[in-house]
Amino acid sequence: MSDEQRFLDRLAERNAQRGDEPTWIAARRQAGAARFEAFGFPHRRIEEWKYTNVRDIARGDFTLATDAEFSPATAAALTLPLDAYRLTFVDGVFAPALSDLGSLPEGVQVMPLSHALEENHEAVGGPLGRLTGVDFSSFAALNTAFMEEGAVVRLAPRTVVDKPIVLQFLSRAGEQEVMSHPRILVEAGGRSEATLIEHHVGDAEAANFTNLVEEIILERGAILSHYKLQEAPLKDRHIASIHIEQARDSRYVSFNLNLGGGLVRNDLVSDLNGEGAEAIYNGLFYGQGRQHVDNHTLVNHNAPRTFSRENYKGILDDRAHGVFNGKVIVKRDSQQIEADQSNANLLLSDRAEIDTKPELEIYADDVKCAHGATTGQLDEEAIFALRTRGIDEQTARGLLTLAFAGEVMDRVDLDAVSERVELTVAGKLPERFNLAGLVETASAFNEE
Amino acid sequence: MASQEMEELVRREYKEGFVTDIESETVPPGLDEDTIAFISRKKGEPDWMLEWRLKAYHQWLKMTSPSWAHLDYPPIDYQAISYYSAPKRDEDRPQSLDEVDPKLLETYEKLGIPLHERAALAGVAVDAVFDSVSVTTTFKEKLHEAGVIFCSISEAIRDYPELVQEYLGSVVPQGDNYFAALNSAVFTDGSFVFVPEGVTCPMELSTYFRINAANTGQFERTLIVCESRAEVSYLEGCTAPQRDENQLHAAVVELVALDDAKIKYSTVQNWYPGDEDGKGGIYNFVTKRGDCRGERSHISWTQVETGSAITWKYPSCMLRGKDSVGEFYSVAVTNGRQQADTGTKMIHIGEGTRSTIVSKGIAAGRSDQSYRGLVKVGPRAKGARNFTQCDSLLIGDTCGAHTFPYQEIGNSSAKVEHEATTSKIGEDQLFYCQSRGIGEEDAVNMIVNGFCKDVFQELPMEFAVEAEALLNVTLEGAVG
Repeated sequence: MSDEQRFLDRLAERNAQRGDEPTWIAARRQAGAARFEAFGFPHRRIEEWKYTNVRDIARGDFTLATDAEFSPATAAALTLPLDAYRLTFVDGVFAPALSDLGSLPEGVQVMPLSHALEENHEAVGGPLGRLTGVDFSSFAALNTAFMEEGAVVRLAPRTVVDKPIVLQFLSRAGEQEVMSHPRILVEAGGRSEATLIEHHVGDAEAANFTNLVEEIILERGAILSHYKLQEAPLKDRHIASIHIEQARDSRYVSFNLNLGGGLVRNDLVSDLNGEGAEAIYNGLFYGQGRQHVDNHTLVNHNAPRTFSRENYKGILDDRAHGVFNGKVIVKRDSQQIEADQSNANLLLSDRAEIDTKPELEIYADDVKCAHGATTGQLDEEAIFALRTRGIDEQTARGLLTLAFAGEVMDRVDLDAVSERVELTVAGKLPERFNLAGLVETASAFNEE
Repeated sequence: MASQEMEELVRREYKEGFVTDIESETVPPGLDEDTIAFISRKKGEPDWMLEWRLKAYHQWLKMTSPSWAHLDYPPIDYQAISYYSAPKRDEDRPQSLDEVDPKLLETYEKLGIPLHERAALAGVAVDAVFDSVSVTTTFKEKLHEAGVIFCSISEAIRDYPELVQEYLGSVVPQGDNYFAALNSAVFTDGSFVFVPEGVTCPMELSTYFRINAANTGQFERTLIVCESRAEVSYLEGCTAPQRDENQLHAAVVELVALDDAKIKYSTVQNWYPGDEDGKGGIYNFVTKRGDCRGERSHISWTQVETGSAITWKYPSCMLRGKDSVGEFYSVAVTNGRQQADTGTKMIHIGEGTRSTIVSKGIAAGRSDQSYRGLVKVGPRAKGARNFTQCDSLLIGDTCGAHTFPYQEIGNSSAKVEHEATTSKIGEDQLFYCQSRGIGEEDAVNMIVNGFCKDVFQELPMEFAVEAEALLNVTLEGAVG
């Protein structure tokens, strides 16, 4: 049996259990399955997958979780300490007990996708699958075939959401590896404003497969800060296809923070369709052991006077493998574009590898586009400067590595997120310059 | 500047457009084992060479034409191409310029390259290739005194078989890629340079070649070997007469540098780019690769690419020897409907290897241009260092400029930097020049030349002048 067939069989099993659904959902599911079958899993001869081997997913035998049981104590420890509206999913299944929507302000809808599908809610019929179609990738097609759970967030025009909206995805350790295909749909009305935090975390021993598709629509003047904090267990496989459509004067700020996962691939695509639309991509990835972290980003400047700024930083240790592929496309007649892209990487081990490709495809002349990529080590002069101040070399290296990550983290407004990341990075840094204690002291000091 | 003027300048006619009427001996179009055997026999090659060609041919049959480049052209019919053409009187080769067919010399005159004068004045030895067979080689004796071998590859196969056997295909193997395999099977001529240990080549070596007979593909094979502490600078320049049908050109250039050797390879490429609708023009699919085999060896590629309808070219360096150095300096100018996908590969294998890439792309008209580069640092390349700068200048809103820089870094002590910018000529820059009484056209010229300066100064003197002139003709006033 082919790898693909095993997944299709699982789909058939699941479909047999499903009750009646509206025909449009069944039709999309079918289109997803057909596309997945036609594509097959991507292989390394496909340019987009040149550096990422998904065999570990293709060869896996994943079932679908049927319940959302999770120890409340463990969940509490994993949850970000934030006053927020929260939806929690365990292995892709909605967990009402771990969710808290409190009283949502007027004009804000946050609901599990399953509820929206059940009600055949107007929020899902049109938009679902419009941005991330089944043709985007085999994983997007697979997600569409399996889609049943996830989150729907809708903001009425001019709504400013007072607290962050957190979507928490927990991965459980168990005898059977499971897969989930969450689907997130965000529709932000004109001049609305919100912060969305997506948090992927779980039991340390878990070894599951998450295949996420996210569609985000920003109407005119909408502002969305999107944090994706990916701290999945180190054996988890994590694939995410995120597509953002931006109307005039909208602003999308992404923090794509990848610290966990054994095999990680993020696809981030922005369509800047209206003048004045702005996309800001911040990224940080840290790989150790045999982690593989692949970030692909694409910004389509489809309208004149659109702006994008991208800054990704990677730290790789042991035998970790990092991939960065950033692409900016400026369409013909999209004049007066500013696009800036940079990727800097720090290799801490001789067996770590980074493959980076910052691409520009430009068809208009009145543009200011620049990109840069660097890979290297810490600045020896900076280390020396710290040593002259009585800091030993190991600590100096550790501090500078933290500072390297800090350039991205400094732009994070939410303390709960930045502290969590700093602690994790400090804790992950090789023992030879373990700084966890130092960071704790520093944050305690800051609180006082 | 008035856009009319600009348009006129952009629509300039191809200056080197003329066809020299010389009788050629040409095989009928088509490619099979017989064609290859014919070429080999015509060249009086030994059996091992024919076998080598056939091996390449069989590999080529199994390969498919690469489609990854950012290029758009109709499929090439390899059976419609004639693979051999040589000026007649093959047995009766001219021994000196006086014996050269006056029409040939006339051709060079039209190109503005009076061979004898220029060669003598500039101290450049010219192995002039007209179509596929070398017709004259000058300064051979002077080179001979120094112990430098500079001859056509056919002569080398005949006279220095052991050297050719040792090095041919050792940098670009027969099955390296589709076009290299094709070249290996059917190459008809090219240059061979061998600089023995400790010798600095007493003059700059240069080959001018032209594509002449209609419907003839040109398959050049160049091999340059520098032994320990040897040094050579090689100049390659090309122009082609105007004609309507696309001509395929698939050259292979192999450079080998042993310990402390230094090779500098410079190219000015100005083949016919096609008319303003993109009709005609040369298809240029070139494989150029240098192998820094020895410690502290140094290979430097400099190119000025202004011609051809399609350019597919990635001069590369395999930095194997400890502390070896690779360099790539490129100016690519596209106008009309030209398409260029060009760049370099720097493969850092040895410890302490260093490379520099400076690429300047200028796109105008409806042309499309891509920089495609790879910097790879292997796990043993401790302390490897790369710096890449690639800038694009867009002139007009109907062209495209793209950058695809690959970096694959597998060593923590490596330092790799890539910078790229894309912009147009700034209004303020133009205004600044004009406010000082410099005409707009001259201002544009100055700015573009300044943009390319980093590369031009890497060119040997004779070429630098030619390159600037070429650039001016190609682009002057194309700004609007």
